[in-house]
Amino acid sequence: MDALKVNNKVQMNEDGYSEPVIVQFIVVKIGEEQYGINIKYIENIVRMQHITRVPQVPAYLKGVINLRGEVIPVMSLRLKMGLPEDVETKASRIIIIKMEQHGNIGLMVDEVKEVVNLEEDQIEKVSYGSRENSESFILGIGKYEGGLISLLDLNVTVLDRENV
Amino acid sequence: MDVSQYLEIFIDETQEHLQNLNTQILELEQDTENMDTINEIFRAAHSLKGMAGTMGYKRMQNLTHDMENVFSEVRNGNIKVKANLIDVLFQCLDALEEYLDSIKETADEGTNDNEPLIKQLNEILTSKGEGGAPEEKQPAAPAEEKSAAPAAASSGDGEKWQEIPIGDSEASVIAQAQSQGMNVFGVTVYVQDTCILKAARAFLVFKAVEELGQILLSNPSAQDIEDEKFENDFSIVVITEKSLDDVIKACENVSEIQKAVGGAVNLDNAVAADSVKEEAEEVKETEKAEVPVEVSAAPAESAPAAKQEKKPAAAKPVVNRTVRVDIEKLDSLMNLVSELIIAKNSLVSITSNADLGHEDTAFNEQIEYLESVTTNLHESVMKVRMVPIESVLQKFPRMIRDLQKKLGKQMELYMTGEETELDRTVVDEIGDPLMHLLRNSADHGLESAEVRKERGKPAVGEIHLDAYQDGNNVIIEVSDDGNGIDVEAVKKKAIERNVITPEQAENMSDKEIVDLLFLPSFSTAKQVTDVSGRGVGLDVVKSKIEALSGEVSVKTKYGEGSTWTIRLPLTLAIIQALMVVVGDEKYAIALGSIETLEDITPQDIKLVENKEVINLRGSVIPLIRLDDVLQVPNKRENNGDLVVVIVKKGDKLAGLIVDELIGQQEIVIKSMGKFISKCKFISGATILGDGEVALILDANALI
Repeated sequence: MDALKVNNKVQMNEDGYSEPVIVQFIVVKIGEEQYGINIKYIENIVRMQHITRVPQVPAYLKGVINLRGEVIPVMSLRLKMGLPEDVETKASRIIIIKMEQHGNIGLMVDEVKEVVNLEEDQIEKVSYGSRENSESFILGIGKYEGGLISLLDLNVTVLDRENV
Repeated sequence: MDVSQYLEIFIDETQEHLQNLNTQILELEQDTENMDTINEIFRAAHSLKGMAGTMGYKRMQNLTHDMENVFSEVRNGNIKVKANLIDVLFQCLDALEEYLDSIKETADEGTNDNEPLIKQLNEILTSKGEGGAPEEKQPAAPAEEKSAAPAAASSGDGEKWQEIPIGDSEASVIAQAQSQGMNVFGVTVYVQDTCILKAARAFLVFKAVEELGQILLSNPSAQDIEDEKFENDFSIVVITEKSLDDVIKACENVSEIQKAVGGAVNLDNAVAADSVKEEAEEVKETEKAEVPVEVSAAPAESAPAAKQEKKPAAAKPVVNRTVRVDIEKLDSLMNLVSELIIAKNSLVSITSNADLGHEDTAFNEQIEYLESVTTNLHESVMKVRMVPIESVLQKFPRMIRDLQKKLGKQMELYMTGEETELDRTVVDEIGDPLMHLLRNSADHGLESAEVRKERGKPAVGEIHLDAYQDGNNVIIEVSDDGNGIDVEAVKKKAIERNVITPEQAENMSDKEIVDLLFLPSFSTAKQVTDVSGRGVGLDVVKSKIEALSGEVSVKTKYGEGSTWTIRLPLTLAIIQALMVVVGDEKYAIALGSIETLEDITPQDIKLVENKEVINLRGSVIPLIRLDDVLQVPNKRENNGDLVVVIVKKGDKLAGLIVDELIGQQEIVIKSMGKFISKCKFISGATILGDGEVALILDANALI
């Protein structure tokens, strides 16, 4: 746990927050579960639109979209997590994530719910031991108004294992 | 003085001067008595020294100073140009390049004094020069040259304004001004040796003088002065009400101006001088016509006279007004043009979809107009980004010369098409692959002189580098008249290295075997030399060129030589493409890779080795069903005629079966980012008029 604390501190310092540390997350729904995405990675949230399929790529890469003149790949979080295929509804959104090294990527989610502010003590880190074994995409659990939010680890979620 | 802001200019210009020196010294090696070349070298060395001095790069300054001394002596005819002098000079250039590299990285010239080189230069000076101390000799040289000017024979020291050629129209203006009681002065302004922004100083002088009166003439021309095409002085003729002292004071008030001298223009004298000038010019003309004879037998007296005249005359035609622009600005301009084309495309698609009545023809006309404007705009921006391939080729003669010494083979490099233009990004990248190919030709291609003699070839091997434009492509060919590729040796090596099995080798054509050379880690050199043969040549060439969306191929005949052909697209950003439909998806195929479009019936399809082919006008072409290859989800049932797009890759053809043709369109190539780079059939994406994304098929990868 000590190692985690250090790690935590460093990350918070990087964010430039002073005490008390508050991180904003956007809460999205994928299947029945609520996930939180750190707001600092989010470039944009757009409605579902026509996705151009790209051949010969993993199934979770749904294709590419045109976002104001830029071609951006779109990934299905459901397929990546091994859930059933997305069903497009009025609430479906694509969240455009900015990854420093790899450019932008869109994540398909079922619904965008709200923005929450989580303080450090509301976030429970997932220990590394459990992460190694399972295909876990989360770096922690946020407790907010009685509900639980799985906080996505975007590096693991977005990048392929061999790319990490 | 803080000079850091000039660092970029300094680096750019030093690079140009060094390149210039390289070229000129090579020329000098061929023609050791060409005064033009010697002067040009002297000038470049002098500018280098000045610039290095101002920037505070003492070591660089010392080295160029000594080079300049040697040249000053060469120019005065005290030292003859010999092979060892050329060698030392080349070493000096290498040393200067090292300084420059170090400056580029750290803004510091490093600590290498290059003592041995300086010593060598001084030895050359003392052994063959007339023993004069270089410091005295150096400033004396330009002065000598000045006084040798024929037209200025009557003029006092340095009053160059008297040499200004005054034409008839100017003469009448002067006469008129003088009759109105105005003063007409000729002034020669000397800029300090150390001044880096001479053009800017000259501009300030012009401005100051123009406040007092009107500048009628200048020598060199205003354009040349603006382009810094002058040494350390320039002359003007000014019409003013003020006195000569006022004018001179105005000039000398500008900083970094050493002095200004002048006097009243006397039309009679000036015209007389002018006619002398004209005579001299005529002499020069005739001399020029007889250059080959002249150079070898130049009498000592007429040579400097011709030289003095020639310099400005030779410099003029190459002058173009140019602006240095940051490549990033051009990129962003290109992006904007791309956006505009996308917007235009979407307007076009709206109008073609909308049911517009005939009263809207005006609207359609405007759309068409917009279309032509955007196309022209795109072409213009493209042209701005285009640079002649010359900048890359320039360094090769020098490289071949060095290789010649290193390998002990005689060879000659012939280059054509240096003016061929390519996109800046391509030009930047093409240098290394070309260098590999040239080294390859020099090292493996050309035989030793003895072998060449046995084969009945001239002792000096020939390497040709030809660049030319072919439609939307630029072709660069590197060929040699050397050994050619030994197909059997390649085959043996390939089997040895388990690249292919002996059985496979039996069935392979010579061409296929030669293509094995492009595989990674495949070198047939019997010995590894430091020129080439480390096995990292051709595969790097291939991957680099393919990264530029180009292709490379080789034709060879054992014993007679080989030709490497590089084909590159003119541009990487916007291309003409054919839009096709496969299933319910749209794809773009670059027009450059399309050979023809064919309609075929299912009966035309034959099976060879269980693969579908068609026999098209005598050639058997393999077919590729795009809906299978691209795993299109909603395949169309089609039992009727098929549309086939015949694409080519080098000599190879393939037929792509598509469901529908949409038409030709200008498309903007967009990268798909790093997440989707694994699909090898797709080279990029583009945005269509309706905002949808269409993928661009890479015909090369499909074949």
